[in-house]
Amino acid sequence: MKKLHFIEVEGNTKGFVTFLGLFGLISLIGILSAYYMEHNGHWVTGMNNQVIWGTPHVFAIFLIVAASGALNVASISSVFAKTTYKPLARLSGMLSIALLSGGLVVLLLDLGRPDRLIVAMTEFNFVSIFTWNIFLYTGFMGVVGIYLWTMMDRPYNNLTKKAGLAAFIWRLILTTGTGSIFGFLISREAYDAALLAPMFIIMSFSFGMAFFLLVLMGSYKYTQRELGDYIVNRLKNLLGVFVAAVLYFVIVYHVTNLYSADHRDVTIFILAGGGIYTFLFWVVQVMMGSILPLVLLYGPAGNKRNMISLAAVLIILGGLAQLYVIIIGGQAYPMQLFPGMEVSSSFYDGVVASYAPSLPELLLGLGGIGVTLLLVTIAVAAMKFLPISLSDEIANPHWN
Amino acid sequence: MTINIDDKNNENQVEESSRRNFIFGSVAAAGLTIAPGVMLYQTAGARSLSDFSLSEKASSNVRWGMLVDTTKQVDWNKCVEACNKEHGLNNETHSRDDQKTQYIRVVNVKNKGTGYSMSLPVMCQHCENAPCVDVCPTGASMKRADGIVLVDRHRCIGCRYCMMACPYKARSFVHEVLTDQTENTPRGKGCVESCNMCVNRIDNGQLPACVEASEGAIIFGDLNDPQSDISQLLAKHGSRQIRADLKLNPGVHYQGI
Repeated sequence: MKKLHFIEVEGNTKGFVTFLGLFGLISLIGILSAYYMEHNGHWVTGMNNQVIWGTPHVFAIFLIVAASGALNVASISSVFAKTTYKPLARLSGMLSIALLSGGLVVLLLDLGRPDRLIVAMTEFNFVSIFTWNIFLYTGFMGVVGIYLWTMMDRPYNNLTKKAGLAAFIWRLILTTGTGSIFGFLISREAYDAALLAPMFIIMSFSFGMAFFLLVLMGSYKYTQRELGDYIVNRLKNLLGVFVAAVLYFVIVYHVTNLYSADHRDVTIFILAGGGIYTFLFWVVQVMMGSILPLVLLYGPAGNKRNMISLAAVLIILGGLAQLYVIIIGGQAYPMQLFPGMEVSSSFYDGVVASYAPSLPELLLGLGGIGVTLLLVTIAVAAMKFLPISLSDEIANPHWN
Repeated sequence: MTINIDDKNNENQVEESSRRNFIFGSVAAAGLTIAPGVMLYQTAGARSLSDFSLSEKASSNVRWGMLVDTTKQVDWNKCVEACNKEHGLNNETHSRDDQKTQYIRVVNVKNKGTGYSMSLPVMCQHCENAPCVDVCPTGASMKRADGIVLVDRHRCIGCRYCMMACPYKARSFVHEVLTDQTENTPRGKGCVESCNMCVNRIDNGQLPACVEASEGAIIFGDLNDPQSDISQLLAKHGSRQIRADLKLNPGVHYQGI
């Protein structure tokens, strides 16, 4: 294995400025959409008093979950001492901070009163998992920031393993916290399951790795740096394992819910009679977002970059669909005030709530992805995150 | 002891050691209908709402609650109208119907097997173990010492987690800019709100608006006071709470469900 050299991406090129402008524009559109919704109030969105969290939450939670998963590569390198992944650890840490920032921007801008951020930062209710998440999210940025510092500042390299372990433990708790936002809700039958916390962890592995692979391949392609098959193929094989693991959790989650009489109706709603939610579950989440990527990644053309990219994009779309089904499908199903009875009211009790995402909601969600990519673009030009080459000769420790 | 309630304006003039004397929860026991100008009779030894005043902090010795008798032939929509009027609701101009605020609603319930059907008013159930209070990150969703669950509108950041957590669908989100709010209910865009048991009226020695409009079908009183009419009725006839299986111990009890 040859010596590694990290170098900043040249910022004074047409390509770099184009990406900067593109991601900046997507972010700006997202922020303007948030302003529009905030200025008018949430009546301009598809949300209502039954579907309380809409499309922005789908994107926000996707990005927050993916943030934890993007740290995987660094964790494997530092905590599990796999030297193959060491060249990618800096990008992994930086991307996790960027993803979390994108997710938090969306979450914050979808608040009814985003101007009261200071209240959220100063008034705490420690019984609330949301309060804990505020600390977990900000703490994650701090811990990963220190971890990156120990990696990038030579005198502190000896602390990398410890910092990496702290970041690894922190991200597991963070994703448990994110999953618990739903797991702790007794009110809605779709959520009331302790399994959601570990399921969110495994989802983070999959979504984060898919995002990481796309950013890695994209940044090496557009900076004309060499990225060998050795590292890419290892990552894509790992990605396949994560996708299969998510599918396993999804099966266990639904089968156990089908077994319990209280949760059966909502599960049948999602799996069979839920219209758009059933379609998203089977077609986008399971077929396009899980099975097809597995075929692409492990099939005969699985080593081809465009196949890996396609699989990663499909996994991300499948992940968004999965969160849409969990978050919005779970809310659309009517709450059971009187289990087993037929109920109706002027407040839409007993009926499946209607929800259609409005354009500003979608643009705010995409804006979160824009913020993430904008931060990544700036970071790779500002600091030494990317090795100058990741050819097999450099990346493969067994290269002769 | 007899107290004559004439109208809202003379409430403060009713005196006994400079306190107002209103009796709550006594309507059913006395067999009378609450309405302005009606004589109410207090059960001997029961604490009345008049024992509490605005200058005092809410006391944990008290737990305000309601008992809804769904077997009474009452037009529950009158309670909804009274609530809307008291809190200035239904003034949205842009919101869709599923976005408009409702503090109290009439829920129609039908047993598919037997065909039995009934209607009942559902509002915030003022749970002892309120999930909305537990999940609120800023403490805006809170429970007063006397059991009333409220939203502090100055502290609510509009995250809507309380709405996700409430199993009674009792909360609404203000989806638009509102004007002409009532003095006691300063509703505003971007905050969550729900029935506050007319805390403004209780603190002024008045009954909640829906109770007043219920023609005696909703009894209000102190659940902690065994002498109160609500406690006596609960002890005598029992009651049910909606989703009692969740063990939230709501302060709103029902008969006939």
